[in-house]
Amino acid sequence: MLLPQDRGFVHRSPSEITAQSAFERRRLLLASLGAIAAVAPRRTLAQAPSKPMPLPAARSAIPGAVTMDKPAPLEVATSYNNFYEFGTDKSDPARYAHTLKTRPWTVAIEGEVKKPMTLAIDDLLKLGALEERVYRLRCVEGWSMVIPWVGYSLSELIRRVEPTGNAKFVQFVTLADRAQMPGLSSSVLQWPYVEALRIDEAMHPLTLLAFGMYGQVLPNQNGAPVRTVVPWKYGFKSAKSIVKIRFVEQQPATSWSLAAPEEYGFYSNVNPAVDHPRWSQASERRLGEGDLFAKKRPTLMFNGYEAQVGSMYAGMDLKRFF
Amino acid sequence: MPSARSLLQHPAAKPLLFVLALLPLALLVVGVQRGTLGANPAEALIRSLGDWTLRFLCLTLAVTPLRQWTGWTALARFRRMLGLFAAFYATTHFCAYAVFDMGLDWNDIVRDVAKRPFILVGTLALLLLLPLAATSFNRAVRALGAPRWQRLHRLVYAIALLAILHFFWMRAAKNNFAEVYVYAAIIAMLLGWRAVKAIGPRYFMKLGSHSAKG
Repeated sequence: MLLPQDRGFVHRSPSEITAQSAFERRRLLLASLGAIAAVAPRRTLAQAPSKPMPLPAARSAIPGAVTMDKPAPLEVATSYNNFYEFGTDKSDPARYAHTLKTRPWTVAIEGEVKKPMTLAIDDLLKLGALEERVYRLRCVEGWSMVIPWVGYSLSELIRRVEPTGNAKFVQFVTLADRAQMPGLSSSVLQWPYVEALRIDEAMHPLTLLAFGMYGQVLPNQNGAPVRTVVPWKYGFKSAKSIVKIRFVEQQPATSWSLAAPEEYGFYSNVNPAVDHPRWSQASERRLGEGDLFAKKRPTLMFNGYEAQVGSMYAGMDLKRFF
Repeated sequence: MPSARSLLQHPAAKPLLFVLALLPLALLVVGVQRGTLGANPAEALIRSLGDWTLRFLCLTLAVTPLRQWTGWTALARFRRMLGLFAAFYATTHFCAYAVFDMGLDWNDIVRDVAKRPFILVGTLALLLLLPLAATSFNRAVRALGAPRWQRLHRLVYAIALLAILHFFWMRAAKNNFAEVYVYAAIIAMLLGWRAVKAIGPRYFMKLGSHSAKG
């Protein structure tokens, strides 16, 4: 049988041969595409809170404390959070807050009080009768959620420590521990995150010291083990993972007004008539209702709590004291 | 194994790219239907469509440098389609904003565009992109004449810069610039390469003639 002689592979013309330099550039290109694919952000599911602990509470009887609006599903309230200590992305807290250790935990109460004290979290929890409060939460970014919280009025704690006549403001200092909070490496805000209220705002029965939500102990990403909830103010006014409560005479600095004083004021009451310098506050997107095509709803004065809190701001220029 | 050139020139290459380029949109639609876009699906949709606009802009701008770098001339066949997909995702991005953020209230939209610089810049980029999409077909090239058509389509450089500024300002609220810098670096490379190409030869020729006079 006649077989062609094997001469190996022969190019018909030299121009068919890829130049070494072009070959290497292509290799480099393909390798870098691979590298890009490898570092492309991956969407991971929100980490479910590790075995939720029930925290039973009776429905609150305080006027305005239980809205009839439909609460957001738990998965929505635990997967879309602003808690910069764990990262600036909404999904970061659910992903990273599992490193937060909420026991043992103490809260120091100090400053202009007759009875300063440091309480272990479980003693603080028992200081008042736990109530369930269904509040609207309006974020300064233009979205809102309805959340059933568990806690008691901050005023119950305040009465216990007996503020002096000099106590005009209440400051909340929150945890800042690099070992537990990866977001602290970012310089978006000064750490620790601090917030404050006027003493009458802090004493208002709607101002909640919260330990739980949805009938369970607070998930880490929502500010465990103890946080405030001030429903007529933008969400950032409510401090999470509180370690210190200080009573002071002068209006304290607060984190967001330090970061951008012309954008975030001390009061930060929800107000559809006072726009954020970069966007309108007249309407909001309600999350957790499952209707993508639902129109944004108009934002209510004091987030709908005007009847309860409006008198505290009577005669005040709310455009100036935003 | 077939060579890259024959793959690029394969009759199925263009239809395949077309389908691939529609995939992000298809996945978003599926995400909406199955409720897997997270707690704020409207925001996820708007942002993802913006991301894909930026990606297709980068891909479009990468065609010519890649073609000259690798010698794969057949890459040029895909430039128009990639550019049109950039315009398509930009338009979809704006429509999603108009529908989900603004409830299609045109008075509100005009006020919002004027009030927020980052939206103004993004809208400007889209408005500049539309004439390029409208003159992308062969007859438009002939009607304009190649030099004029090319000058018009150099607008894409300005569009890329506006798009990156839009993204930068949007992230400025949270000082969250990591992703912005990645896109900015890619666009800087793609535009910088063109600048060097355009200025380089003349510059080096000058150098050469100087040294020759020595």
